[in-house]
Amino acid sequence: MMKTKKGSEFLFFALRNYKLRVGLTVVLVFLAIALVGPSLARNTPFAYANPLGAEPPSGEYWFGTTTFGQDVFAQFVHGLRATFVVGAIGGGLGTFLGVLIGFTAGYRGGLVDEVLNMLTNIVLVIPTMAVLLIITAYLEVRGIITESIFIGLTSWPWVARAIRAQTFSLRSREFVDLARLSGMKPWKIVFCEIAPNMMSYLLLASILQFGGATLNAATLDFIGLGPTTGISLGLMMNNAVLWGALLLGFWWWFVPPGLAITLIVGALYVTNVGLDEVFNPKLREM
Amino acid sequence: MRRYFGRKLLVYGLTFFLAVTIDWMIPRFMPGDPIANMLSRAALNADAARILYTYYTHAFRLDLPIWQQYVNFWNALLHGDLGISTYLFPTPVVKVLLRAVPYDLALLIPAILLSWLAGNRFGAFAARTKWLDNTLLPLGYILTATPYMWLGILLAWVFGIILGVLPIAGAYSYSMTPHPSWLFVGDVLKHWFLPFASLFLVQFGGWAIGMRNMIIYELEADYSHYLEALGAPRRLIRDYAFRNALLPQLSGLALQLGVVVAGALVTEVVFSYPGIGSLLLAGIQNQDYFLVMGCFLFIIIGVLLANFVIDIAYVLVDPRTRRGMTGETG
Repeated sequence: MMKTKKGSEFLFFALRNYKLRVGLTVVLVFLAIALVGPSLARNTPFAYANPLGAEPPSGEYWFGTTTFGQDVFAQFVHGLRATFVVGAIGGGLGTFLGVLIGFTAGYRGGLVDEVLNMLTNIVLVIPTMAVLLIITAYLEVRGIITESIFIGLTSWPWVARAIRAQTFSLRSREFVDLARLSGMKPWKIVFCEIAPNMMSYLLLASILQFGGATLNAATLDFIGLGPTTGISLGLMMNNAVLWGALLLGFWWWFVPPGLAITLIVGALYVTNVGLDEVFNPKLREM
Repeated sequence: MRRYFGRKLLVYGLTFFLAVTIDWMIPRFMPGDPIANMLSRAALNADAARILYTYYTHAFRLDLPIWQQYVNFWNALLHGDLGISTYLFPTPVVKVLLRAVPYDLALLIPAILLSWLAGNRFGAFAARTKWLDNTLLPLGYILTATPYMWLGILLAWVFGIILGVLPIAGAYSYSMTPHPSWLFVGDVLKHWFLPFASLFLVQFGGWAIGMRNMIIYELEADYSHYLEALGAPRRLIRDYAFRNALLPQLSGLALQLGVVVAGALVTEVVFSYPGIGSLLLAGIQNQDYFLVMGCFLFIIIGVLLANFVIDIAYVLVDPRTRRGMTGETG
């Protein structure tokens, strides 16, 4: 009874919240393009489709063509797919590791906490991109999945830190003591008693991780360490700059990929704020 | 305070150790052979190539046992020797990097400081002001979500190509040689402006939003309500809220450093600005072991030093850390 009432209250505020509505709509539109787009594209991303070379957008080539006559629209929709894959896998892995390490450190305490906390602090200080650079620079063949995994492996610390702090404050509450006294297994206590209290935070953290993974991937791709097999939005920008699209004024080559990343990540941030307001009554606009 | 710094220094020390180990380890256990690569460019006949290969393998000490290489690596490192660049042979890596570092500092320090100050001021100003909030917020989110290189590309395209008012490549005009004159200084500033602006703008959005959220949070705190109940002027309450909100923003700055540096790397690539980013790209493209490793180390050392400076600033700003009440966590 209580539960359904609370759920509908969230839904009520969620539907009323325009930040959430706008943010989510933008993300879903791009997701739809990423899913449907590749079947709409008439060419494969790397095929030299247009014998005339670079041309501005037209009915034949919706987003124009590159210097080599490659279909920008085809590259764009496939790159969009890669962006969502990196966000989902990289962001997902980052959140998962952060949660795992945060819970372990916060709930166990003692020496385990000391060690994990030290590790978290170290990885937090190391500039992630530098490590990613040096790892990927020496990989001969790079796929989008490999890239996402490395991004996930380096992006967990701030989630771990926040989860640890929250677990710390929750584990000394009465209801957790009660669960412990009744002989519940530690992992069951963590997942059934402690975790539900930070579900909203977990959701927010995973959204931010998704956005962060996307931006990291774009940076890596742009520096020339992107996937050697396949296309991505960062790689499109890299190619555009390397082949002088700037000087030649081929704006259709470099504007769409960056714009898509900006809009997706920006929309995710806005969604995040909207969700925050839904979960946290103090922030709601009256 | 001693405990606070002791702990920080321990973390930095371990980080440095780990970073150096990664730095040494990854190139050696990954595929790719820099010496073969270097020789292939020289287009020698097979016998000469083989002799030179043995010679260079020995010269770079790649024929020693692995542990010995590791010890030597540390030893050389502590003597300020990062090896010799195979790409810019025979210049020592340290020399190559030291030539690039001033450009990085010239971009990063003003961009970081100014965006932090301006962003915080502006965010605090915008919080709870309806029309500003509604225009600034979306703009701030868009800015902070923008990939650094894309903003760089856009700025270069608009100001460099369409309007044609600012140069988009290099640190100064190729027709000039560095000399102390106003003409040259102006030229350098002109080349510096766009990369700086793209770094500044992206960060500005992030800080403005962060501050706006923190201020709203602080204005909900008991002390603000108490001041309000006492009838304190709005300005005074805001000042207190601002000071309290600055602390998390300062630790936020430490966490953002890595991201900003990464942003500077790609921005330099966009503008062919001769900093570490451009060197890194060249190093990667030419599989130059030592140069890539050196760039990595310089970035790590720079970020650690900056972190330490922020720690000191934190102690200066927050009296609780001075009295051993360790205000900050971690």
